[in-house]
Amino acid sequence: METLTILFDQVYKILFLLVPVLVSVAMVVWLDRRVWAFVQKRQGPNVVGPFGLLQSLADALKYIFKEIIIPSSSNKVIFILAPIVTMTLALISWAVIPFSATQVLADINVGILYLFAVSSLGVYGIIMGGWASNSKYPFLGAIRSAAQMVSYEVSIGVIIINVLLCVGSLNLNDIVIAQQNLWFVIPLFPMFVIFFISALAETNRPPFDLPEAEAELVAGYQTEYSGMMYAMFWLGEYANILLMCAMGAILFLGGWLSPIEIYPFTLVPGAVWLILKILLLFFLFALVKAIVPRYRYDQLMKLGWKVFLPMSLIWVVLTASFLFYFNLLPVN
Amino acid sequence: MIAHSIFFYTFSIIAIISAIMVTTSKNTVHSVFFLILDFISISCLFIMIGAEFLGMIMLIVYVGAVAVLFLFVVMMLNVAQQKNQWFSSEDSSKHIPVGLIISTLIFVELIIVIGGWKYKPDLFDINNSVELSKVSNTHSLGQVLYTDYIHVFQISGMILLVAMIGAIVLTFRKRTGVKTQSYLKQISRERSEGVSVLNVESNKGVKIDD
Repeated sequence: METLTILFDQVYKILFLLVPVLVSVAMVVWLDRRVWAFVQKRQGPNVVGPFGLLQSLADALKYIFKEIIIPSSSNKVIFILAPIVTMTLALISWAVIPFSATQVLADINVGILYLFAVSSLGVYGIIMGGWASNSKYPFLGAIRSAAQMVSYEVSIGVIIINVLLCVGSLNLNDIVIAQQNLWFVIPLFPMFVIFFISALAETNRPPFDLPEAEAELVAGYQTEYSGMMYAMFWLGEYANILLMCAMGAILFLGGWLSPIEIYPFTLVPGAVWLILKILLLFFLFALVKAIVPRYRYDQLMKLGWKVFLPMSLIWVVLTASFLFYFNLLPVN
Repeated sequence: MIAHSIFFYTFSIIAIISAIMVTTSKNTVHSVFFLILDFISISCLFIMIGAEFLGMIMLIVYVGAVAVLFLFVVMMLNVAQQKNQWFSSEDSSKHIPVGLIISTLIFVELIIVIGGWKYKPDLFDINNSVELSKVSNTHSLGQVLYTDYIHVFQISGMILLVAMIGAIVLTFRKRTGVKTQSYLKQISRERSEGVSVLNVESNKGVKIDD
């Protein structure tokens, strides 16, 4: 009986986390399209519902009622597994995101490593989809994305090391609390910029959307997908983008901490601050999509390996020496 | 406790079955996917015994990086036609004895290693495990790696570095006639270098390339 209670409690908590995440993914797609449109002096989706807010729901309905086509020469099991893997991996990482000191589904010791591990698994959905389609464009898109995501993960890993040097713990709540006096975006500003650009590349967002470059590869790895399976790829992609924004907010912008620790601001719950910070980062993501042209593939690789990796490695040495020299190393 | 054992047996059965499927599946890409499943279930087992740092590093290094490269290479080989012929073809039978000898050798070595294993005397001491539970996994690993075993740690790092440089040197070739972009060259170009005014004589033309 007690086990059942614990089980129901956990299921309730998981639903309470996942349903808002899925709804906000749908809303964020609308926001993305609106921001994109406003930068280009268009209106964007504004017909369905007030301000077009229900556009994503209408799109989702359309996808649900479309037929799922599985190409006859595809590898069927892997073809069907690919969107499921993408979606699952995009959702399970939310388990460790702290919305306040107590509001976290799993407060594990190695939270940041878990986030990093799950985001590094994200490439499998794309490779599986691209290979199982047994078609040229998806395969080229999958190969591009595999190389791209592996390259940029390296610099994200080194950036995380920078933050960890200042915190002395892998727990996400500890990372947030360590920023009580000073958000890491100030001392580690170059790392924040590199993290932001690497996150763009990691989530295949423009200007690094080469895996799905529509001018060259139709839709890259999603070319053969239709109906609900395509929608799952799409949801997974946006959930990943939100996750990267959450990661940036936690690592550099103080997570659920309020910007100023004085009376009216401390009344606002931490979750609201975290969501505002995530939205701020997402707004930047959407702006970048609208104003930057696509990178060429060799430039992308050069940027990852020859600029970001050395810069973040040098910054690790600098941070470590600075902390050591001024005796600021965190000791518990 | 029941839940613990249910999870343990689930993950270990998945690990063993996928390990068998790695060697027996006909399609090489499927083998790599089973290898990934194997890695993932083993990292779950690591997490279950409380070695969460090892489990996560296993996921990041093996699944996130090494297996992606495996998959990359295997997919490029275009293995759709060229299936794994170990059990079906006839001339493969002469490979079986060699494989058996090697696997027996490795098996015997494993038994020797496990049989000769010396546990630290206080490993199962209850006080010690209480002490361990206070410090997080990552801290305790770091405290051992960077103090007692710092030389071994540094040497293994050097070996990996040498291996990396060796691999780069072996595969590096200087190609000629390749057009590469140099930002510095592009930015530092002056007008005087790029543009020159020529007087072209009628019916004679001018040579542009030097």
